[in-house]
Amino acid sequence: MSVLAKFVAKVVGIVLIGGLLGATLVRFAPGFGVDEEELDTRLNSQSIQNLRAQQESVSVGRFYADYLARLLHGDLGVSRTLQQPVTRLLADRFPETLKSVALGLTLGWSLGLSFAIATVLTRAWVVDALASFLAALLLCLPAAVLAILFVLARIPAQFLLGLVVFPKVFRYSRNLLARSASLPHVLTARAKGLATGRILLWHILPTAAPQLLALAGVSISLAFTAAIPVEALCDLPGIGQLAWKAALGRDITLLINLTMIVTLVTLLANSMSEWAGRAFGARAA
Amino acid sequence: MKYIRALAIAVLLIVALSSLLADVLAPSSYARQYRDLPDASPSMQHPLGTDDLGRDRFSRVLHGTRVSLVLAPVAALLTCLLAGIVGGAGGFFGGWIERCVMAATDLLLSLPWLFLLLTVRALLPLNVSPLTSVAITFALLGCLGWAGAARIICADVHTIAESDFILTARSCGSHSFRLLWRHVLPNLKPILLAQFWISIPVFILTEANLGMLGLGISEPMPSWGSLLRELGSYSALSAQPVQFVPLVLFVIVVSSFHLVLSKEELPV
Repeated sequence: MSVLAKFVAKVVGIVLIGGLLGATLVRFAPGFGVDEEELDTRLNSQSIQNLRAQQESVSVGRFYADYLARLLHGDLGVSRTLQQPVTRLLADRFPETLKSVALGLTLGWSLGLSFAIATVLTRAWVVDALASFLAALLLCLPAAVLAILFVLARIPAQFLLGLVVFPKVFRYSRNLLARSASLPHVLTARAKGLATGRILLWHILPTAAPQLLALAGVSISLAFTAAIPVEALCDLPGIGQLAWKAALGRDITLLINLTMIVTLVTLLANSMSEWAGRAFGARAA
Repeated sequence: MKYIRALAIAVLLIVALSSLLADVLAPSSYARQYRDLPDASPSMQHPLGTDDLGRDRFSRVLHGTRVSLVLAPVAALLTCLLAGIVGGAGGFFGGWIERCVMAATDLLLSLPWLFLLLTVRALLPLNVSPLTSVAITFALLGCLGWAGAARIICADVHTIAESDFILTARSCGSHSFRLLWRHVLPNLKPILLAQFWISIPVFILTEANLGMLGLGISEPMPSWGSLLRELGSYSALSAQPVQFVPLVLFVIVVSSFHLVLSKEELPV
């Protein structure tokens, strides 16, 4: 129970501090407090000055308190560039990103883990060299370049996140599985003539499972980060594209809300995978 | 592995040297437009042809490589410096300082890297001179990329600070600064060096991503981001395979940086 309490406290703490930093950035961002009312030709310069002074007098603390109060009511503010509530924009675009991220993670993990298992079990240098070369090549390419190459080759961009996740999954899981495969009890099992599949499922994978689960959490963060260039350049209407448009339009309110939400999602995913890893490790022990 | 490493270092040296001599080797300025020759094919005058604005592609590749190859190490140095100060202080003094450092790194590492970069970049002026945009881009990378390295350094300094030779030095009356300078820092050198080499390709890749999104270095200053963005205009109708030269060079350089590190030093 104390672990759960610690986890909740950590998430709440990070969100609150992150929110405060975000609110501070919004408060001091260029263009904060600029009101459409200022464009009213009937207002004289004194009135415009008064309006500005009124906006600028809002302290960061007060601004943050208002921000939190609105957040509790599900109001994330209005996007300055798109003139729409942030909640509506998120509701429209988040499912698209989730779909791409889920597809990318499935593909990346399937490819990465399959190659890692094949490398460790066959111990054939050709498989290792081929997979390592592919992983190294993909690690050297920015996600934005991959996005352009996908557009040129007319391949659906939803698969692209898989190629971003694959090299990390492959390299990390290959090292983990190789280490597990060289443990004395695995060697004994091999010497006793146990089937390869059985050795893999009962002796190699369970030993590496906690670290693999931790990697699963990290790969979610990786996929969300790569979603920005992929969605921006492949014209996918997700939150990555939204973040890019917000950055170009300097829509800080929208950007900070997006960053906070992605942070929350990755934090939850990381904590859950860490938790699952610990539980699995304790059970295996 | 030793030979591959040597080859990677040789490649990096050749590329770095050529880019540093860009003013001598390049046939023209990176910004000069040959308006009667847009999208020209390779020729004696323009070895890699020209881009859609008629600028010599070879000159732009050389100058762009210089920008990335000079400033990514500077940003990596800044990262190592910040990580060394923050992580070192946390690990050496322990207690609440270490807890604060850990909390700060936790917070920074929880924020998705590219989202954070976009947010901070958007706060800074976008319509700036090319030189200012170069400084902003790499300073941002250097200032925001220290968290991971700081954690590693903090843990290592903590271990060193509790080791026997530090206890002996402390009992001999060495003060904190001397301990840090004479005993802790020399032991941190390999870690700092590894972090430095790891950070360079990461920053080159991130700059390329930012540049391709139009949030990196401003035109007409070339960088790998802006050079790679040119691939977007590639079409079967006006196919010019030389457009892929910056990409090939990019992959060679980044993979060379990866190969310089031995297997044990790699993060994954």
